[in-house]
Amino acid sequence: MISAGDTAWVLLSSALVLLMTVGLALFYGGLVRPKSTLNTMMMSMIALGVIGVQWVLVGYSIAFAPGSAWLGGFAWVGFRSVGLEPDPTYSATIPQQAHAMFQGMFAIITPALISGAIVERMRFRAYVVFLLLWTTLIYDPLAHWVWGAGGWLLERGALDFAGGTVVHISAGVSALTAAWMLGPRKDYRRVPLAPHNVPLVLLGAGLLWFGWFGFNAGSALAANGLAALAFVNTNTAAAAALVTWAALDLTRSRKVTAVGAATGLVVGLVAITPAAGYVTPLAALAIGAIAAGVSYTAIQIRSASRLDDALDVFSCHGLAGAAGALLTGVFASKIANPAGADGLLAGNAAQLGVQLLAVCAAALFAAIGTMAILALVQATLGARASVPEEMTGLDLSEHGEEAYFAGSTLGGSVIVHRNPATPVVDRGR
Amino acid sequence: MKLITTIVRPERLPEVKAALFRAGVTGITLSRVSGHGGEHEVLEQYRGTALVMEFREKVKIEMVCSEPFVEPCIQAILSAARTGEVGDGKIFVQAIERVIRIRTGEMDNEALTAVNADEVQRAALAAGVDPETRA
Repeated sequence: MISAGDTAWVLLSSALVLLMTVGLALFYGGLVRPKSTLNTMMMSMIALGVIGVQWVLVGYSIAFAPGSAWLGGFAWVGFRSVGLEPDPTYSATIPQQAHAMFQGMFAIITPALISGAIVERMRFRAYVVFLLLWTTLIYDPLAHWVWGAGGWLLERGALDFAGGTVVHISAGVSALTAAWMLGPRKDYRRVPLAPHNVPLVLLGAGLLWFGWFGFNAGSALAANGLAALAFVNTNTAAAAALVTWAALDLTRSRKVTAVGAATGLVVGLVAITPAAGYVTPLAALAIGAIAAGVSYTAIQIRSASRLDDALDVFSCHGLAGAAGALLTGVFASKIANPAGADGLLAGNAAQLGVQLLAVCAAALFAAIGTMAILALVQATLGARASVPEEMTGLDLSEHGEEAYFAGSTLGGSVIVHRNPATPVVDRGR
Repeated sequence: MKLITTIVRPERLPEVKAALFRAGVTGITLSRVSGHGGEHEVLEQYRGTALVMEFREKVKIEMVCSEPFVEPCIQAILSAARTGEVGDGKIFVQAIERVIRIRTGEMDNEALTAVNADEVQRAALAAGVDPETRA
């Protein structure tokens, strides 16, 4: 029986999650240098296209169609028999296509998160192939483990309300692996690598927060009390993490930074994602604050290291995601959600064990999978841009564009006619 | 004729401009420049990265004055640009050989006086003494 309210909320939530990928593009784009801004933003934007297609063709089927404990089947390839009637396995009150599209938005943003670790040095074509393979071979199966009917982590009772394990741990660990395999930027730790547009970072962070209400509260797949709980927890954890981050900034450097505020709120949102529908708002406060402490410390350590996880995807998503998943096992309570589970503090220590298993399984799978896929891409296409291309910036070498067009300030460019690949230049008389 | 080049703090630019106009120096050319002059370094922090800014933003003003205007010009800059802190800037004075106004072909001193110089100076004087500058 389709509910108008539930359907409206899930469709709106899908649109909100789509906006997160755009927000992510702005967030990442502001954090890099002007010469690679477009490339960085395109790494997120291209996922809207490539994974939008992949999801309809095979992705949804691999993740959610009836299959084994490890992999969905191929019954829903091309959205075949994914219709307008509800599928009671996932939700009895919304059209199955609404469920499919909502989940599709998650599949789009997850690989885009990884891109932050490898900015300013990866060939775009190689990245697109990596994106497609990673989503098909890592994300889709992982989503099946945790959310798909018969998935083995679901059967063991692992709690992941909106994707702490599936989205954030998998993306964070893959980001770490990819940054390590690709190696640092040639000028990493030799020249200052500072954000070129902090207002863009704040705009992106704001859009991420806004969209995250769809991500978490939409994961109730209904317009009900559970959605309200997830909504409240989402906002609360983000606020707590922002405040904690600002306090840590203040202690360390006597100044509250804007990039820090943006980072802090995102970390809070990441951490509450697995817990949003299982804990009380007070627990959300604690989860946000604890995750901020973990990520803040990790970023300081990473920055002093040789690991060029450029935009700290591992610290912000991998570690905050893991903290959130484990803390779900600590704070989960049937007082918050009678249909949920009890965690450590409610006397069920076993839940923490299950959460730990899910975290380790996802991390291990993501690390090994990323290594294999990236090794394949490196061997066939070559993953790194050349040194001169990297120095000039990937906007020009990969896209033939500039984010901030300056070519004609002193009249230094002219229009070319006919085929842009073999330009005919008209220099006038 | 002298070329007067001065480097000043960007935040003092409005006061310097007003003082120059009051002194009757109305032909000026500005550039944004950065430089190093022994000031305390500025620290910026982005997540785990701390950066020291070695160069500071400054404004360079260039003007060519006929002899009677040289001293008033220097006094105007000194009074308006000085804060007493390290980093107030410098004034450089050089001799100039020739000046030609492109529009008319006028030479030297004749080429140096802007057609609306009186108007600009009157307006600057009428605007009065900036209370912030002369506090």
